[in-house]
Amino acid sequence: MKELEAAKITEVVALLCKEANFELEDDVQDALEKAFEKEESPAGKEVLRQIVENSRIARSEQIPMCQDTGLAVIFAELGQDLHITGGDFETAINEGVKNGYTDGYLRKSSLADPIRGGNTGDNTPAVIHLTLVPGDRLKLWIVPKGGGSENMSRIAMMKPADGVEGIKKFVVDNIRAASGNPCPPVIVGIGIGGTFERCAQLAKKALLREIGSKHSDPFYADLEEELLGLVNDLGVGPMGFGGITTALAVHIEVAPRHIASFPVSMNLNCHAARHKYIEL
Amino acid sequence: MAEYSLKTPLKDEDIKKLKAGDKVSLTGTVYTARDAAHARLVALLDDGKELPIPLEGQVIYYVGPSPTPPGKAIGSAGPTTSYRMDPYAPALLDNGLKGMIGKGARNDAVVDSMKKNVAVYFAATGGAAALISRSITSAEVVAYEDLGAEAVRKLTVKDFPLIVAQDCQGGNVYEEGQKKYRKE
Repeated sequence: MKELEAAKITEVVALLCKEANFELEDDVQDALEKAFEKEESPAGKEVLRQIVENSRIARSEQIPMCQDTGLAVIFAELGQDLHITGGDFETAINEGVKNGYTDGYLRKSSLADPIRGGNTGDNTPAVIHLTLVPGDRLKLWIVPKGGGSENMSRIAMMKPADGVEGIKKFVVDNIRAASGNPCPPVIVGIGIGGTFERCAQLAKKALLREIGSKHSDPFYADLEEELLGLVNDLGVGPMGFGGITTALAVHIEVAPRHIASFPVSMNLNCHAARHKYIEL
Repeated sequence: MAEYSLKTPLKDEDIKKLKAGDKVSLTGTVYTARDAAHARLVALLDDGKELPIPLEGQVIYYVGPSPTPPGKAIGSAGPTTSYRMDPYAPALLDNGLKGMIGKGARNDAVVDSMKKNVAVYFAATGGAAALISRSITSAEVVAYEDLGAEAVRKLTVKDFPLIVAQDCQGGNVYEEGQKKYRKE
């Protein structure tokens, strides 16, 4: 059986927590630069100019692009033929988060108790979504997630009768209400189906997809495109100052649902859409 | 859309000329506070106790910076979402606060208090935290050190790029700007 040292996982997670916060991925950078070229509103264009310049500064100085360096969300696909040695998986991840957030001068935003507070001091624990898959590799997505856009995310247990029109209304109404709060231009992750908790997770997973990528099912690819048009027609614009760029992308992920339920969720990501991927 | 350079502390005549959508370049002292610090400041006001920072003519920036790397004045320091401070802002405005910096719209209670007290709400670009940190030349924790990133800091800023988001006459860049580009 193939082996992987826990210390290796820690090392990689630490590195990627820093890299994710310092260096925007090319797909996001390109989408922002294109949006800057196209934006018609003077205030919106100025915001996009600042955002593009900001990401260049962050990359060259190796400092966080946003002060909210997020909670460390980690999606992991663990091959069932891979044996982790010298420590347990979750501790290895959390050690990596702790080291990365400390060495990288990243903000520690994790409160130990949701009501009584108390900062954990090292941004642990990570929010880990682990799936066991065939094979002998470990795939990791490191996704620092800030609070501003997370706070504008929503889930609804709709009626099956609400259908596609209900989904469109849910998305449009919530983006309109969110206005400038989630730091638009946003990336919109939509989950449809599953149970309550699966639906929310689908929306988060939808944020991992590359900007510009389409759903493999043409039905959902068309719905993504239609929703992107509807969202941008709202005129919210960069930072809510008005403009033609409210979202850079809409990504949908779906799962089978109960015959009685129609869960729909929307997870927003700010323009600082940070994610890094590695396969070990 | 006019452009102004302003210095803190802000005076009523500075504020009255500002219209939603104007660009402002701010220089001087600003204090930082977010959720936890606001709760403490307003609790002191409720008890009639003295605050650890002056409010008269001052500007509060809603920010929790990332830790300061060696050789820098401050870490990355962009605005946090302002609506979370709405429950506290009117009490501070009643006690002399003249400006607030954050992102996203404020509620009616804050707007009414801004009109009554002649105050202004500025927006900085959310997520432009590395860029904004270049406008901050010094930072010093002056209260609530136990709050870490949320501690109250006294910042010296030079040419901090801002937009007047909501002015003291009820003007609102979010409503006015979005109406122009809405295609519904």
